[in-house]
Amino acid sequence: MKEKIRVGCGAGFSGDRIEPAMLLVEKGNLDYLVLECLAERTIALAQKRKKQDPKAGYDVLLERRIESLLPLLKRHHTRLITNMGAANPLAGAAKIKEIAQKQGLNVKIAVVLGDDIFGKITGNELSMEGKLPLESYGKLVSANAYLGAEAILPALQSGADIVLTGRVADPSLFLAPMVFEFGWNQSDFDLMGKGTVIGHLLECAGQITGGYFADPISKPIPDMHILGHPLAEINKDGSAVISKVAGTGGAITVQTAKEQLLYEVIDPGNYYTPDVVADFSSVRFRELAKNQIQVLGGTGKPLPETLKVSVGYEAGYIGEGEISFAGAHALERAKLAGEIVEKRIAHQFEEFRIDYIGLGSLHGNELSRNHQAYEIRLRVAGKASSPALAQLVGEEVEALYTNGPAGGGGARKYVHEVLGVVSILLDRKEISTSINILES
Amino acid sequence: MKTTLSTLAHSRAGDKGNTLILSLIPFDEDDFDYLEREISAEKVKTHLKSQVKGEVLRYVLPELKALQFVCFDALSSGVTTSLAMDAHGKSLSYALLEMEIENFNDGRK
Repeated sequence: MKEKIRVGCGAGFSGDRIEPAMLLVEKGNLDYLVLECLAERTIALAQKRKKQDPKAGYDVLLERRIESLLPLLKRHHTRLITNMGAANPLAGAAKIKEIAQKQGLNVKIAVVLGDDIFGKITGNELSMEGKLPLESYGKLVSANAYLGAEAILPALQSGADIVLTGRVADPSLFLAPMVFEFGWNQSDFDLMGKGTVIGHLLECAGQITGGYFADPISKPIPDMHILGHPLAEINKDGSAVISKVAGTGGAITVQTAKEQLLYEVIDPGNYYTPDVVADFSSVRFRELAKNQIQVLGGTGKPLPETLKVSVGYEAGYIGEGEISFAGAHALERAKLAGEIVEKRIAHQFEEFRIDYIGLGSLHGNELSRNHQAYEIRLRVAGKASSPALAQLVGEEVEALYTNGPAGGGGARKYVHEVLGVVSILLDRKEISTSINILES
Repeated sequence: MKTTLSTLAHSRAGDKGNTLILSLIPFDEDDFDYLEREISAEKVKTHLKSQVKGEVLRYVLPELKALQFVCFDALSSGVTTSLAMDAHGKSLSYALLEMEIENFNDGRK
């Protein structure tokens, strides 16, 4: 059993930068690198790709990330834990094996299975959000349970270099190596709570190193173009120090840690994960040195008997069109343009919306009422059941070029498919997990 | 003197489905008591009335010296299906910071 481990977070979402993870492995002296790449909806999108191609459905950046990281991970004896398996972890593992063979590296990959419970869903289950039967939302495309640290432990025990998962609660990706290396008793809920706090602080990568924190006037952060991602040196007693690789940009301060601790937390006294109900009320931070923040406190309560399941469904198409106006009467012309499009096509859409970018598109009319903009971008959006109807929104905005009003420029049109996500709770006894090993 | 919350605190917005979560953290921990006294859930609900259709709950974190506001029914239909420009409501942290405040200096020592 170790007394201390070092865990880094190299990605906080599916589209995150790649080089901060490489720097963490090269210079962070890490035992573990975690890449968290699955947002709520990402897995539903991946499931649709898998349907079209049985070899697809893992993270679209998996290949690029693994190609860059694998030689470094092997050289520095750092193990990787990642949810880049998305809707198809087995195919993702096969791809990693292929890359390893190409690079002439011996790699053992453990795949964590059991989150995909689409086959167990009847469609009659009631959603947590609206208490409506799942099938009333639309055609269902995916159902994935949030697995916990426990599901990852057998993969770590196997000695694998890479642990590839589908849906796992984000903090659990970090808690698993703590439980494994320190031999924590999983019913020591205070320790599980402390580990969950550390995982939650790390899981969004650049959000704790000053990235999403930064404001050049009120919260300036240095060298953001080379923002470092975080790492934690974690002690057996559940305390930790969060830092980053020397020479990288960004900053880790008590303020950045506070912002991240509270991020997306509905009830700070009861933070539900599959492992524990963590209590953040006693958490505090102390600056030990520049970019070194000690995490203290954090407790936990017994784990929930149910697991959350995210269910994806087809929710139609969104069509958008945009066009800009500037100078005299810019807002009046943009409003006239919006009215014209609305009168012509709004009645054909389930939902229709007009925004004036530069004025109230983000915070509404109330907060922007005393502000004036030199230029305004009209944005029209409509929700439709077919892509052809969705496309009409952009076409009608583009047609304002000749049909007026005057001075509209820079028209753009977009259509994208919408996948909705709702949740249900499932008794954890109904979910069984397993691992699958691949070696190159 | 009138000023806005942005001069003494920072905030980050998070989302869970149709629920918007806003932290409020003073730059100077000495200003926490002022924020706790002045910035109630009702005030936030009124300030964000064009976005937030449901209830607003406030959590006080004295150890961390921060407030957390949880706003229900706040992101039209929720992140995945909303027609809004900023479906996550990520920019709404700065909407909270637009709140006008008074008697700020009275809050200090």
